[in-house]
Amino acid sequence: MSVPLDPAPSLQQYAHPEKLVTTAWLAENLGTEGLVVVESDEDVLLYETGHIPGAVKIDWHLDLNDPVTRDYVDGEGFAALMGRSGISRDTTIVVYGDKSNWWAAYALWVFELFGHPDVRLLDGGRAAWQAEGRPMTKDAPEPAAAEYPVVPREDAPIRAYREQVLDFLGGQLVDVRSPQEYTGERTHMPDYPQEGTVRGGHIPTARSVPWARAAAEDGRFKGREELEAIYLAEQGFDASAPVIAYCRIGERSSHTWFVLRYLLGFEDVRNYDGSWTEWGNAVRLPIAIGEEPGEAPAR
Amino acid sequence: MSAPTPLPAAFAEIVDDFQALGGRDRLQLLLEFSEGLPALPARYAEHPELLEPVPECQSPIFLVTEVEGTGREATAHLFFSAPPEAPTTRGFAGILAEGLEGLTVGEVLDVPADVTEQLGLAEVVSPLRLRGMAGMLGRIKRQLAERAGA
Repeated sequence: MSVPLDPAPSLQQYAHPEKLVTTAWLAENLGTEGLVVVESDEDVLLYETGHIPGAVKIDWHLDLNDPVTRDYVDGEGFAALMGRSGISRDTTIVVYGDKSNWWAAYALWVFELFGHPDVRLLDGGRAAWQAEGRPMTKDAPEPAAAEYPVVPREDAPIRAYREQVLDFLGGQLVDVRSPQEYTGERTHMPDYPQEGTVRGGHIPTARSVPWARAAAEDGRFKGREELEAIYLAEQGFDASAPVIAYCRIGERSSHTWFVLRYLLGFEDVRNYDGSWTEWGNAVRLPIAIGEEPGEAPAR
Repeated sequence: MSAPTPLPAAFAEIVDDFQALGGRDRLQLLLEFSEGLPALPARYAEHPELLEPVPECQSPIFLVTEVEGTGREATAHLFFSAPPEAPTTRGFAGILAEGLEGLTVGEVLDVPADVTEQLGLAEVVSPLRLRGMAGMLGRIKRQLAERAGA
């Protein structure tokens, strides 16, 4: 690894402290050779209102998705994106963003589909950086183009497809959406355009653990003990058994994916990015409604 | 196929301004609209429950309309509320505010639903996000039609 790890004591409680940096560390290390900071937000214009000096913008809609295949970019597309962002294979990437790092965690997850060796999250994201009054700029960086190899995307270890989820019912399946989305209680009104899904509810047997339970008020992750109280003590999850997390389109579940995989050290965590947008609309896929996880239908 | 309804002059000007720019500059112009979105008047700022949410947008936005007069000749007024952390949504609202404020209800109702696609923002904002703007326009039209009896 080209850039030293953040030795902050607050990070050492986690299973993989090397996956996080603090705002103080980033402030000290901005401009370090071999470090590229990436901002990834829900709002495509937020970066233009001001960003961490030197940070490049990577947008989930425009840069990470292939609209034709409705899939992530392929190895060539990813190499081109990294190259024009000034990132090479040995670059240390620190990602941050809005909304308690939803999109940053999502970007990090996509980077890991390509096995980028060193990608870390800024704990607390954009909000924490701003709250501390740290520098922001509107100046767009012009990174020197870098060489990035074409690496095939490898979905299997961390990404779940719907067929795999169907085979996984009864396993450690976690729905990280809000309780109202989980139960299927919907708030749309008649005659209003309906975006999203046809059916409300959740995947049968999925447990409801809203993503936000893992986030502290300031947008940083909760401490390991608090996280263990939720996922291990309360939910009874086994860190050595596989987990699949989902939400509406895979962004909030990236946050939970990160928590389980890197903060608690679960060995096998996959994100079902098709999530409710796919499952709720799909033909011949069963759902459950209400507060109970429900039973896996006989097949 | 009938000929498309011409856009109201103020909206046509906005479309021309966007079309004259390249991709990155279109984002900058959207940012300017975002920064220029008028603040809510006190009668709404103090009563946010009077505003209608727009769930098609990823970020929270609320809008409300007023009409002076009745029918298609009534004058339309638009008010929006969106937080500074949602500049794209604010930018969409800013375009609609500048393009539609003070027109007649009939003129607003005649604005084609695909006007949001004429701004050339799809490649810099993404088509999915633009649906939020189309959702705002749809709600503005419905509110105006109801309030003016048009």
